[in-house]
Amino acid sequence: MKDDRILLSHGSGGKKSRELTERLFLKHFDDPALLLLNDQAVMERPGGRIAVSTDTYTVDPIFFPGGNIGSLAVHGTVNDVAMSGAEPFALSAGFILEEGLPMDDLERIVVSMAEAAREAGVRIVTADTKVVSRGAADRIFINTTGFGVLEDGLDIGGQRALPGDRILLSGTVGDHGVAVASAREGIRFSTPVVSDSASLNGLVGVLLKSAGSGVHVMRDPTRGGLATVLCEVADQSGAGIEIREEAIPVREAVKGACELLGYDPLYLANEGKMVAVVSRDVADRGLEAMRSHPLGKDAVIIGEVTSDHPGRVVLRTVLGGRRLVDRLTGDMLPRIC
Amino acid sequence: MKYLDEFRDPGAAGALVARIRRTAARIQGEAKIMEICGSHTVAIFRSGIKSLLPGNVILVSGPGCPVCVTAMPDMDRMIAIPGKGEGRNPIVATFGDMVRVPGSFSSLERQKAEGADIRVAASPLDSLQWARENPEREVVFLGVGFETTSPTIAAVVRKAAELALKNFSVYPAFKLLPPALEALLDSPDGALDGFLCPGHVSVMLGSDAYAPYAEKYGRPCVISGFESLDILLGISMLLDQLADKKHEVVNAYGRAVDRGGNRKAMELLLTVFEPADALWRGLGEIPRSGLLFREGYRQFDAIERFGLEEVTTGTDPEGCGCASVLRGVLSPPDCPLFDNVCTPENPVGSCMVSSEGSCAAWHKYGRTGI
Repeated sequence: MKDDRILLSHGSGGKKSRELTERLFLKHFDDPALLLLNDQAVMERPGGRIAVSTDTYTVDPIFFPGGNIGSLAVHGTVNDVAMSGAEPFALSAGFILEEGLPMDDLERIVVSMAEAAREAGVRIVTADTKVVSRGAADRIFINTTGFGVLEDGLDIGGQRALPGDRILLSGTVGDHGVAVASAREGIRFSTPVVSDSASLNGLVGVLLKSAGSGVHVMRDPTRGGLATVLCEVADQSGAGIEIREEAIPVREAVKGACELLGYDPLYLANEGKMVAVVSRDVADRGLEAMRSHPLGKDAVIIGEVTSDHPGRVVLRTVLGGRRLVDRLTGDMLPRIC
Repeated sequence: MKYLDEFRDPGAAGALVARIRRTAARIQGEAKIMEICGSHTVAIFRSGIKSLLPGNVILVSGPGCPVCVTAMPDMDRMIAIPGKGEGRNPIVATFGDMVRVPGSFSSLERQKAEGADIRVAASPLDSLQWARENPEREVVFLGVGFETTSPTIAAVVRKAAELALKNFSVYPAFKLLPPALEALLDSPDGALDGFLCPGHVSVMLGSDAYAPYAEKYGRPCVISGFESLDILLGISMLLDQLADKKHEVVNAYGRAVDRGGNRKAMELLLTVFEPADALWRGLGEIPRSGLLFREGYRQFDAIERFGLEEVTTGTDPEGCGCASVLRGVLSPPDCPLFDNVCTPENPVGSCMVSSEGSCAAWHKYGRTGI
């Protein structure tokens, strides 16, 4: 009989585990390293430095407009690796499955992961599955660890923001947060909001090619949103940051949803957007390069790094007033990634 | 018309700011205006309006954040609910901001970590659903809010009565706005020149509700909406009156507020509840400023059902300036605990917890040095 749900025995390490691995995981994750079914993946030693990042995904709901927990687990980790300037090449994937998870749901998720990895040009080289009894987890949690090669000479990090640098944002903010919140609360909008979940390594590539060592910081504003990322950069670099509210692109539907639900788009999660802090002389070039890429077509310069108000982020409001932008406190929206 | 960008138009805002500056120049000394409502406080900070006003126009936040004004004894009794109910493991349903407010001995957040079933409800109707799904358990909704919120909870109680639900109750900690306004005007430390009256509460009350106060105390009242232009217009209209020594009720939120208010909602509210004296954080006991269950609905009173009158309660934490902040006599940055002992991560007083609290707003948007 074909199992239509995950059973505890699928995680036992016995025959059922093997069946799940072969019929589902290996069918979609057909990487040569994985197909060997050894306890580890063996890869060639890459030249130069490597960047490693790990993240665990618990998003609720597991399916949302524009993606699911599987595609998100690939995009999120690929992006974390890519923000160092590294080219991601491999991922590991660890699954914690709750007993009773519909097999079809798992398959949809695994298919999305495989597709997302293929699109990003990243191999899934090793994977693991555990099954826990009902109630010990919520349907499915996924951990991914990403590996990337970092070209010599690149030095990108929050501490490198310098007064005079320009702040580039690759597109609209808040799409993922609103997509997840509306799916969770069962709220429908006349214009549906779709998550922006996407791998940014391609966009990073074109930016680095055009702006090179003029790129000082790259961040993907996920949990805590744009505001939190900018606060972190101000904190790490000790410089001040000034942004213009009117320059920050927010979709009409996201704006409306924020008013309705009491969210601030500056703090909402994004899963396919990046912020780049670049030196002034390469800002226009970098912006143009970002706009040439599909994921950066709405890219804008939203502000600059300044020697005023060190360590703080200040927003010039649409009205022309000025106010502080602080980090997110508490959980505006738990379990969004 | 999408009712967002139109009310944030920089050109119109610039014109209003210019008008405010001209009028303010005609006023001798300071014009101290209280925005009563917590949503106004946040909107004023978020839009940067404070930084655009001339120096003699001072905005102070009032007691219009329902979470903030919930008195310590009420907090303590609410926090005690999970331990009551004789093994029926009560589900405590609440609006989100209440979860983190510290009581004297614990908080709902801490109770939750210790295993209590505390649930954040997006609507009071959620709690009714939970009561129907869990007939073997008790569900208690924490009733905080002003006239904006309380009628919806009254509607839920009426629904519970129709359904003859035996396991649903409400902790009544509601507040009525007009008595608080009067208490502020009566208090000797007031020295307020005018009021920016809350938009949402006024939708319910109607603009006529403020007339007795404007008249008796000689203070102008302007009802304002929550968008940047609404607020600038409200401030401008208050200054016009102050410059001309007038004290009228003016409705600057005509697209939502009328003179009589939402009579149907207020009628429903007063079917289920009746005015009673209530204790406010900061303002103390104010006659007929709260709501208790009316005869016929008392079976839904959580205080009675769980014997909460017996709970040991404490007083406001030492050094906490919330009480003065809520009366508009202490600006949050002047509180000795502000930003050192008391932060949104580790709040001492309720004004630092609630997203509408003036301390939280000052912390988030207004700290100096920018």
